[in-house]
Amino acid sequence: MSETKMSTASNGSTGAQANDVYQKMHAENLSIYYGKFRAVAEVTVPVREKMITAIIGPSGCGKSTLLRSFNRMNDLVAVARVSGKIMLDGLDIYGTDVDVVEVRRRVGMVFQRPNPFPKSIYDNVAYGVKLNNTRIRKGDLDAIVEDSLQGAALWDEVKDKLKQSGTALSGGQQQRLCIARAIATHPDVLLMDEPCAALDPIATVKVEELMQELKKQFTIVIVTHNMQQAARASDYTMMMMMRSDRAGEMIEFDQTKKIFTNPRDKRTEDYVNGRFG
Amino acid sequence: MTSIPASVVRSPSARLGRALAHGDVPYRLITVAASIVLILLVVSFGLMLWITSAPTRTQFGLQSLISSDWNPSGEIFGSLPFVVGTLLTSLVGLAIALPFSLSIAIFLVELCPPRLRGPVGTMVELLAAIPSVVYGLWGLFAFIPAVVKPLGDFLLKLLGTPTNFIYLPFLSGPFFGTSIFASGVILAIMVVPSITAITRDVLLAVPAAQREASFALGATHSETISKVILPYGMSGILGAIILGLGRALGETMAVTMTVGNVSELPTSLLNPGYTMSSVIANEWGEARSLLHSSALLEIGLMLFATSLLLNVLARLLVWSVSRKNPDQRG
Ligand SMILES: Nc1ncnc2c1ncn2[C@@H]1O[C@H](COP(=O)(O)OP(=O)(O)OP(=O)(O)O)[C@@H](O)[C@H]1O
Ligand SMILES: [Mg+2]
Repeated sequence: MSETKMSTASNGSTGAQANDVYQKMHAENLSIYYGKFRAVAEVTVPVREKMITAIIGPSGCGKSTLLRSFNRMNDLVAVARVSGKIMLDGLDIYGTDVDVVEVRRRVGMVFQRPNPFPKSIYDNVAYGVKLNNTRIRKGDLDAIVEDSLQGAALWDEVKDKLKQSGTALSGGQQQRLCIARAIATHPDVLLMDEPCAALDPIATVKVEELMQELKKQFTIVIVTHNMQQAARASDYTMMMMMRSDRAGEMIEFDQTKKIFTNPRDKRTEDYVNGRFG
Repeated sequence: MTSIPASVVRSPSARLGRALAHGDVPYRLITVAASIVLILLVVSFGLMLWITSAPTRTQFGLQSLISSDWNPSGEIFGSLPFVVGTLLTSLVGLAIALPFSLSIAIFLVELCPPRLRGPVGTMVELLAAIPSVVYGLWGLFAFIPAVVKPLGDFLLKLLGTPTNFIYLPFLSGPFFGTSIFASGVILAIMVVPSITAITRDVLLAVPAAQREASFALGATHSETISKVILPYGMSGILGAIILGLGRALGETMAVTMTVGNVSELPTSLLNPGYTMSSVIANEWGEARSLLHSSALLEIGLMLFATSLLLNVLARLLVWSVSRKNPDQRG
């Protein structure tokens, strides 16, 4: 299988000892409710540092819901509630005296549809930085903006038009701008919810290559519907499935190459081979 | 070469027939005609006012614009006090209304529990449905004595007295209650509903993705409101302000009842004044001479031109803002 080869290639660095890698984040017995409806049921999963963890599973099984709990974006949904724990460096981010804003500064997010602000490219990237540091010197800010755009592999394309509106870029460029914006504040973890869903194949490849670069500095969690993408780009894969009461549960978590070559659960095998959902 | 099937190529007459049958031509004619009627109406307004105000214009020329001497029995017509009164009452009204409208709209969209949003929103809109003569009565008999008079006296004492450390001439006396300030406050109450309603709709239209992007970058709620949501809706909010200004400029009844109707150039916001619309309303019935009614018509012409001009100006502003943000359509 060609996927297998690719996944093996990208996972070459993560040998058997990979399971010892530091757990940057860690969901423990996590359930998420929308009102009375339980969307995610009792998930326990690690997120290993400077690795890419993919979340896969059929539509509606709660992947986005789970991902959005890692930086408490679910707080914005009035009816959403969480039980269980999510640890970030040993601290429960849903704990009583945790500052949500601080959590989101440490756990950044890139969304399915590129959502740049209708501000200049420069201001898009500078936005989060200026929130943290209102008195930052112009020179320092310039450097951060350039670094971030370099980091998002966008610098060469936009360096001459930083004053131009971020919304005037192409879809793929916009998504990389959103990645630049997210990494500009130097979060520890980067969450990506189907970041390539709105992109063409070439832009998708660019973002995937970028992820391999980013993982040297950041811990990444990505939701994807694209099996090749999960196989190619991720180190670990978490497989979710809906139970009969429509609550999403985790049915398998392992190194990506295991999930794609030798899964323990028959449903995982069916799903990654396209025989399901 | 393949030839195009005959059924696809239609003769011009067949096309005309179809266009007629399916209503394209009549539809277009009706809509074009309606638009032309509207344009003609605006032009004829201007023309009518221009022609009927000719007698004063030929007699006084620009003098009537810069003179503040209005004396109908002496056949002297300088309309500066009215122009100034209209501008001042409107600006005071807008300045007071703006912070309130923005705050209420932000409260409704961002802070208020969704259950309350409907009822509170409806209450605000109901304010807009009250006839302006009722606002005038209420202002004259309740609001001015209870609120405006004490507030004005306080301002006068604090800031409008020449011997004070801080002295602002535009808050000096004499102050009787009915005044530019009083009308401004009443106008503010009258325009708050419309500015609020439009601003609320604008804020509701800001995509959730913009909000989420800001929160995900570690912004607080207030940072998100001031740095993302308000800028995103800026052109729409400007539109709301224009609408409010338009309403304030033309408002007649409530202003006539509260502004004091003194045709002297006001030197302070606490002075009584007069506005363009109120002088027309008050004096039209008793305008005996040709020159007097012509002078009133000239004021009407100016009111017409000012509103038109301000609207164009404001629209240009909106246009420039929405051009800056290409994906935003106010
Ligand atoms: N804001 C919300 N309010 C109520 N229910 C919601 C909300 N968001 C999601 N849900 C429900 O929670 C369940 C999981 O949704 P979620 O968006 O997490 O699925 P997903 O796995 O990301 O699906 P997809 O692959 O289609 O994006 C679904 O049944 C959905 O209807
Ligand atoms: Mg989803």
